[in-house]
Amino acid sequence: MIDKQRSLLVDAGFRHLTRVFAFFVFILLAAIMVSLAYGSRESIMQHGFAFLWTNDWDPVRNHYGALVTITGTVISSFLALLIAIPVSFGIAMFLTELSPVWLRRPLGTAIEMLAAIPSIIYGMWGLFVFVPIFQKYIQPFVIDTFEGVPVLEHVFAGPPFGIGLFTAGLILSIMVIPFITAVMRDVFEQVPPLLKESAYGLGSTTWEVVWKVMLPYTKHGVIGGIMLGLGRALGETMAVTFVIGNAFNMPQSIFSPSNSIASALANEFNEAGGMQKSALLELGLILFLITTVVLILSKLMLLQLSRKEGR
Amino acid sequence: MPVPDSVVVQSNPVYRRRQRFNRFMLGLSSFALVSGLFWLAWIILTLLIKGADALSFTLLLESTPPPGQDGGLLNAIVGSFMMSAVGTLIGAPIGILAGTYLAEYGQRGWLAPATRFLNDVLLSAPSIIIGLFIYAVYVAQVEHYSGWAGAFALAILVIPVVVRATDNMLALVPNSLREAAVALGCPQWRVVVFICYRAARSGIITGVLLAVARIAGETAPLLFTALNNQFMSMNMNAPIANLPVVIFQYAASPFEDWNRLAWAGAVLITLLVLAINIAARSLFRK
Repeated sequence: MIDKQRSLLVDAGFRHLTRVFAFFVFILLAAIMVSLAYGSRESIMQHGFAFLWTNDWDPVRNHYGALVTITGTVISSFLALLIAIPVSFGIAMFLTELSPVWLRRPLGTAIEMLAAIPSIIYGMWGLFVFVPIFQKYIQPFVIDTFEGVPVLEHVFAGPPFGIGLFTAGLILSIMVIPFITAVMRDVFEQVPPLLKESAYGLGSTTWEVVWKVMLPYTKHGVIGGIMLGLGRALGETMAVTFVIGNAFNMPQSIFSPSNSIASALANEFNEAGGMQKSALLELGLILFLITTVVLILSKLMLLQLSRKEGR
Repeated sequence: MPVPDSVVVQSNPVYRRRQRFNRFMLGLSSFALVSGLFWLAWIILTLLIKGADALSFTLLLESTPPPGQDGGLLNAIVGSFMMSAVGTLIGAPIGILAGTYLAEYGQRGWLAPATRFLNDVLLSAPSIIIGLFIYAVYVAQVEHYSGWAGAFALAILVIPVVVRATDNMLALVPNSLREAAVALGCPQWRVVVFICYRAARSGIITGVLLAVARIAGETAPLLFTALNNQFMSMNMNAPIANLPVVIFQYAASPFEDWNRLAWAGAVLITLLVLAINIAARSLFRK
């Protein structure tokens, strides 16, 4: 009898223990937001909403604005997606439709390894290996080519520093390719074979099956994967810090050195004090809000796909 | 005599154009794969070449030097190991228990689905924000950087990885196993601990290993928490050296011998992380 009571007690205890930790995970996100908002209260009070669209970062006058870092973050992530989306799509298509079966696993693992390499390694490699080559051979060529072409002339203008927004975007794209590819591969594999076989049976080519049958069927999942990659790119710190140039200037072209929220934090937070620290915490809060919204949208997109399958 | 289909088809310009376009796109797809592998190969080759230069036994025997002197990375390796170990020891049990709730107890109610959703968001949250969070709630309160703070930040990075792995792996355990145990009079906690955990063991261990691989190379969350330490220190209550931050500072420095040490550290960390990843995968496949 006593034994049974004790057993019931342990049972309830274990259940509550797991629930407490689940609740801990549940409130963690909110706790992060609240603590960042609390830490940045001085800056929020002083700068108000103007923080979002003023672009001075002036420790002497003790006045701060987020526009440069927000612009740098958004442009570098956008460039990253521009490169990463077609490449990831190609890789996912190769791995699901073209590759011989025995090659799928090793090739897939190799692409996943791109995600395993620590971001600081990407940064070092970018700064010491990629930037010199890019600066010496590729960048002058691109700048010369577009000289005189309207609009593009300004997009690709400027002295070839090597570092800058474009380099940051390119390295970010390598880093998000494995994430986007993994989602695309997953959702492509969920396409019912019957659909694909019907299309092949009607005489479609492989490309037509992928583009006109698989992609429409999986579009929510594909968009979810792209948003996931965007969420990763927005918050990436170390790789970007090495190559973006860390200049608090509004970018003039995509080759300009600039700054992102994450790299501003990495470079300045430890030396900052008072209002500057508070402003940096507010930058962190803005970054966290943006990535959280992007990741929630990504998750909702992916849920949409599985709902279609009735799971 | 009827003309065979294939002749009609092959001479049809629309069909030929579709075929050409198909071949072109398949070529681009293969090119995308090759370009992905190209970056991987380039990065690993660079590391091996630069690292072969810098690797030596003194790395493991001496602490980080001032510029111009010989030295190694011993303090950083020890510090990284201590913080990763403590971070995993804190984060993994929390993650496993929370994941257990999601998979075993959360069928009814709002907590489990909501937590599962937010956990996936946390999984991809920027790691530098986690560093800021620990700075705000711990470092700023005790007013000094410390190894503990670094370990807490790493623990928060471990949790979502382990929650997800535990949740997914427990969901794969067949219900008939649970029913059989309950029918024998097993209380539910025993079912979970002695039946489900055992059945899902290799999957959960894989999750923990992947989490370790993730935190081993994380730099951003340590910048504002553990900081760095030029000297050998095993005091978790003080700033402590760690490989990622040493690599960051030494790579960005103008001194050539510091740069070389940074490359050595980079090789060590990358090889370790890739090895853990591959080990985790092969363990799971068994």
